[in-house]
Amino acid sequence: MISGIGLYLFSLIFICYLTFSLRKNSINEATWSALFWLAILFSVINSVAKSFIGEKRGTFIYYYSITSPQVIIISKIIYNGILCLVLSLAGYGLFSIFIDNPVQDKLLFITTLLLTSFGFSASLSLISGIASKANNSNILMAVLSFPVILSILLMAIKITKNVLDGLDRSTSYDELLNLLAINCILTSLAYMLFPYIWRS
Amino acid sequence: MKTWLKLTAIALLFYVHIAGLLFDVPRLNILNETIRALYFHVPMWFGMVLLFLISFINAIRYLGKPSPEMDRKVVAYANVGLVFGILGILTGMLWANYTWGSPWHGDPKQNGAAIALLVYLAYFVLRGSLDNEEQRARLSAVYNIFAFAAMIPLIFIIPRMTSSMHPGSGGNPGFNMYDLDSSMRLIFYPAVIGWFLIGLWIASLRIRIKTIEEKILELEDGKSA
Repeated sequence: MISGIGLYLFSLIFICYLTFSLRKNSINEATWSALFWLAILFSVINSVAKSFIGEKRGTFIYYYSITSPQVIIISKIIYNGILCLVLSLAGYGLFSIFIDNPVQDKLLFITTLLLTSFGFSASLSLISGIASKANNSNILMAVLSFPVILSILLMAIKITKNVLDGLDRSTSYDELLNLLAINCILTSLAYMLFPYIWRS
Repeated sequence: MKTWLKLTAIALLFYVHIAGLLFDVPRLNILNETIRALYFHVPMWFGMVLLFLISFINAIRYLGKPSPEMDRKVVAYANVGLVFGILGILTGMLWANYTWGSPWHGDPKQNGAAIALLVYLAYFVLRGSLDNEEQRARLSAVYNIFAFAAMIPLIFIIPRMTSSMHPGSGGNPGFNMYDLDSSMRLIFYPAVIGWFLIGLWIASLRIRIKTIEEKILELEDGKSA
């Protein structure tokens, strides 16, 4: 499954590369940021969606019998968070190899990737749990998760813009703090609400 | 809902419509007469947030103690809140057409509001795609709580962090500019209360209709069995 997602990310970026290599220097900062976040968003939604949707019924019953729901959601969030982080870092690496690396403050950018990864993971894990109970879960996953993760994405895009413009690090502290706060809210809510999903 | 509350709501809105369209308003550049939108556009958002808040509280109560009545409340308040939100967007677009020159200006407040509406539309899509009644009520309550929490930064925090042309932010004339001229408050606050009461009234009617429908279904089931 991980290799599949990796290939998916690679194909996305390679398509971007092929399209933009037709004309040299046609990619500016705004396009870079849009392409980067689109590629990350799609691969992340696809990978985290699998955390509950793809599982067999027997696995759920097995999990149910051995641990509490809190343990399951926390472990899912940690696993998916690491997965998202690896995907975003891989995406960033591929982008800098194939397209360009206009990021000036690399440390700040990687911190942003770390925070967004855990935010995505917390919200998407819970939503994947909800969507897995419905009939058309794959479409539902996209519909439900899009508005929820938009606030994270907006913050991330804002920081990316600051980073690409080479602004001073202190201009992005507000956004970073906000991202951290949103993460805390979403993670604690996922922790509290998951037992109600798990019961069925 | 109590009858006197309904009468208050009607009286307040009569007053707001007459006073809001006829009374004198402060003269400000750019805004001019469109300042009257304050009486009709802003109460929509107050109503929407309050109704969503009631829906959110009911969703928490549902998870604490599940019952079909509570689920009906959650849905009804979310539904009316959504209508208020759509009206808010539409009145805002009308206003923006005259002051900003185009109905959709990509202002952070507009975008945030549109996303907030998307959240609740997704909520109804979720309800539509679950068959089991008990499961539908429980999962949608979970999503309602989660979505409300995710919506807060979108409409209360992000628009305040970015520059915006919306009145009340970024140095544009807004509500606090009228502190000297508190005559607007005399119409604005009744408008907020009036519209909120109307929202509660519609929601209570919807809850009653749903309850009666369920009862009829039960009776029919009893007959056929």
